[in-house]
Amino acid sequence: MKRLLAPLTSLRLTVTLLALGIAVVFFGTLAQTEDGLYVAQSRYFRSWFSTWSPHDPSLKWIIVPLPGGYLLGTSLLVNLIAAHLVRFKFAWKKTGIILSHLGIIVLLVGQLATDMFAHESRISFAEGEWRNYSEDFQETELVFLSDLPDPAMNSVVAIPDSLLKIGEEIRTEPLPFTIRVKEWMPNSDPTFQPPMMQRTNTPQTSLGIGRSFTFRSVKETRKMDDKNIPSALLELVATNGTSLGTWAISEWAGESDLQRTARRFWVRAFSGAGTDEQLQDALPEYYPMTARIYQQLIVPQSVTVGGRSYSFTLRPRRYYQPFSIKLLQTKHETYAGTSTAADPEGIPKHFQSRVLVDHPRDGKREADIYMNNPLRYAGLTFFQYQMGQDEAAANRGTSTLQVVKNPSWLTPYLGCVLVALGLLVQFGIHLNGFLRKPRA
Amino acid sequence: MKRYLPLLIPALFAAWFLSDLVPPTDREFAYTRFGNLPILFKGRHQPIDSFARNSLVQIFERYSFYDRTEKRSLSATEWLAEVMFRPDAARERSVFRIDHPDLISLLRLPLKDATKGEDGQHYSFTQILAGTNVSILQEQSRLAGAKADAQRDAFDQGILRLGNALMLYNALLNTARPSGVSQLAAELVAFQQAIPRGTNALEAARARSSAENADLQNDPLVRSTARFLYQRGDRADKLPLILPPEGGADWARFPERLLELTGGSPLPVAALSWAKMGDAFEARDAGAFNAALTEYERFCIATVPADMTKTGRETFFNRMAPFYHALVIYIAAFLCAIAFWFTFSEPLRLTSSWLMMLALIIHMEGLVFRMWLEGRPPVTNLYSSAIFIGWGAVILGLVLERLWRNAIGLAVGSLLGFVTLIIAHNLALEGDTMEMLRAVLDTNFWLATHVVIVTLGYASTYVAGFLAIVYVLRGFFTSSLDPATARSLARMVYGIVCFATLFSFVGTVLGGIWADQSWGRFWGWDPKENGALIIVLWNALILHARWGGWVKERGLVNLAIAGNIVTSWSWFGVNMLGIGLHSYGFMNGAFQVLAAFVVSQLALIVIGCLPAARWRSFQGKSSTPTLPIGRKPGAATA
Repeated sequence: MKRLLAPLTSLRLTVTLLALGIAVVFFGTLAQTEDGLYVAQSRYFRSWFSTWSPHDPSLKWIIVPLPGGYLLGTSLLVNLIAAHLVRFKFAWKKTGIILSHLGIIVLLVGQLATDMFAHESRISFAEGEWRNYSEDFQETELVFLSDLPDPAMNSVVAIPDSLLKIGEEIRTEPLPFTIRVKEWMPNSDPTFQPPMMQRTNTPQTSLGIGRSFTFRSVKETRKMDDKNIPSALLELVATNGTSLGTWAISEWAGESDLQRTARRFWVRAFSGAGTDEQLQDALPEYYPMTARIYQQLIVPQSVTVGGRSYSFTLRPRRYYQPFSIKLLQTKHETYAGTSTAADPEGIPKHFQSRVLVDHPRDGKREADIYMNNPLRYAGLTFFQYQMGQDEAAANRGTSTLQVVKNPSWLTPYLGCVLVALGLLVQFGIHLNGFLRKPRA
Repeated sequence: MKRYLPLLIPALFAAWFLSDLVPPTDREFAYTRFGNLPILFKGRHQPIDSFARNSLVQIFERYSFYDRTEKRSLSATEWLAEVMFRPDAARERSVFRIDHPDLISLLRLPLKDATKGEDGQHYSFTQILAGTNVSILQEQSRLAGAKADAQRDAFDQGILRLGNALMLYNALLNTARPSGVSQLAAELVAFQQAIPRGTNALEAARARSSAENADLQNDPLVRSTARFLYQRGDRADKLPLILPPEGGADWARFPERLLELTGGSPLPVAALSWAKMGDAFEARDAGAFNAALTEYERFCIATVPADMTKTGRETFFNRMAPFYHALVIYIAAFLCAIAFWFTFSEPLRLTSSWLMMLALIIHMEGLVFRMWLEGRPPVTNLYSSAIFIGWGAVILGLVLERLWRNAIGLAVGSLLGFVTLIIAHNLALEGDTMEMLRAVLDTNFWLATHVVIVTLGYASTYVAGFLAIVYVLRGFFTSSLDPATARSLARMVYGIVCFATLFSFVGTVLGGIWADQSWGRFWGWDPKENGALIIVLWNALILHARWGGWVKERGLVNLAIAGNIVTSWSWFGVNMLGIGLHSYGFMNGAFQVLAAFVVSQLALIVIGCLPAARWRSFQGKSSTPTLPIGRKPGAATA
């Protein structure tokens, strides 16, 4: 048994793994400049194998093969545990090493658990609004709501975008029709077709918002604070095979926070504003017009089958919670005299949301959420993420909270204490021995 | 007598430092007192002296201005007073530093010519904006600004830098006075009196034709309003807020407050004082200037006493310039330590260690003073991280010296102290080093724990790396690295790497815990986090390689030198990637310096890997007595 484990326990393996770890972290960091944090993270760190190439096309032939983060993490764990199993002999002299390695094991296992079980979503709301769900910031869902007299949850059908991407026909039980995905655009821009243009250009779809807007597929963004906004062209087909028409669905229409972005986007298109300053100047002039256009984008779309109407929309994927949360008040402070025309926000000093949580079991309570002071509630942690002003009502603050579910959030704390203690003990023993010896 | 010899040079340096603490006596204009006046800029309450220094350093790259034609030096405050109050004279001073030759030829600026007083590097506002240069500059800045950071070359950076300097200068010109005014105090009073009548006239004018309105151009109200409006301009937000709160209003910019007068608010006392100071300065009347200044000081003490106390401390700190003095003394300490290796003369080693101690005291005193001024832990930005790394490295160096007494700790500590302070000086060229912290960083607890510990991790990794450099340089190029010294150096490296592992590990994990506290993600693979992780992994690798017997003395030393590369990458390299939540300190020009440093370290590693037979210290013999560098064995005489 011991001989079998010997290669797994060697210190040379440890050194090799550490060196490979450095290489993976280094190349994974370099890749972030082009690929963005999210892509680089899944390719280099949350994987078993990967390769790295420079982004310069003339250097593309350079290919560096790398082990993935999972492979390295597991190997280190095996190496560490095997070494302690095989060579374990308790001695006071070794307590430091044992403690710090135990801490490393806690950290590695904790990160693996985080990777498997942690989940992040967001809640966006304006002062006075309630939410009983949080939203995903990557995934979307196509939702059908029927006009059944009973507004219970079963009247809602949510189809995750992972099914829409495949582009096949989707048939879901309570819906009396088939969904045929004609085109899926992972990231898209809406172009408004003014009424006179609609007569000359063939509209993108036969019914709904696709008649007054053309959705174009654009390059997927990989930047950290940028978001892909998907759209799709659908055909709904009745059970007897006749087409009910084609529609466009888009997150531009289903995500209320995008209103500001959409309007800026059109003002840029109409006014020809190049710089941010020009855009700022053009905004008031085009405001009423873009507001009207936006209203046309968010008109509800529906289909009537068998005398029953089904409305549908593409929106960020929702996670319903067993409690509700209300935004009571936002506080947004900046340092005096720092707000400028180019940067009206100034240097942010303090963001704070006061919220009311209401759980049918635990009752109500109020809490403040601000930077470095999250709210831990019902197994979730709420962090202050962004803050802004309602587009419609200027004095109404809005807030976005990051909602994190991470059952293993305490492991880094434990791991850190163990390793620090272990290293202190070990180096303390070294130092003591060293100071007793005579020096050259 | 001989006992006190090593104290002589340190005492001279201490006297030099102390003499700089004495405030200069103002002969004519009371610049020292003027520099002490409070203003609010970028959210920070500060003295004019700090604002003047930080502005001048961005334009001239020095904290005081030397005028070549007048052959005299102007303090930053004196220079700023002239820019604000006598703009016509100030525009002729060659204060803009331009380094790129293409930029100089683009703007048709004169080359170096001693007879005409041109140094080919510094130019005046008038020279730069002569002819069609304004439109040329606008066009080139637009082109350079449209490029991504990574694509900008030295010329683009030069253009953008000059553009920023000009914009800043323009803001300074408009800070306290509209241009082309000589009797502002009188004009303000006239303006105030003309408001009721003028408002009516303006109302009436709206109904009349533009031809009739031509008369209005000469109306004092219209003329002054136009002036203040122009001064306010579209770049008004770059101006500092120089008027303290009065009459219920908050801190305000000069033109802002003047335009409020049309709404019927009374003439602010502060505005009138500034106008009087300006008028007196314009007329070169030192007596009147000092009188107006005294009056305004009294007003400030009454309205903003807390600011006045704070500005007094900060101007003292500026004058003390602790990091500059420490830097110079570190050089002296380093030279003495090196000289010791050539002579083995004990007084030299003692001189060096006293110098280092003196520099450390000044360094630390500056660090603590800064913390007191800011009310913050020592490290809040890239600038203060450099200062703190230097401080940590010097302390480690002194500890090593106490244990071994062979000047190695002194040499490494003083060199690192000097280098980090040079880096800090260059980082300070960007402007204010005590800027306010953004919301996410606004937590003294995490700044005091995570940032301080991880920075000590950087410091100790550098100390280990520089000790290793001493090993390679002395071992390869000289015969002074006898086995005992080699062994002691290797043990120092090993011990410091242990420290570095502890600090960098704890610091990095604390950073993760901070991230977990602020946005719910212990580890986000952000570049700065990854950089810190690489340092931890590298130190762990060194220790395991050593424990496994994979590397011996020289292997350990080479790995420690590579630690310098790893640490520099984490400290500066990742900031150059310009991505991620931590990239608060993006810099352009520093890339070449970093690249050169990495190449030098690689070269040292190559030397370190050469076979032992080529090392002068290891050639043939194993037990020669310890000798100074350059002495041949046998020629030694005690």
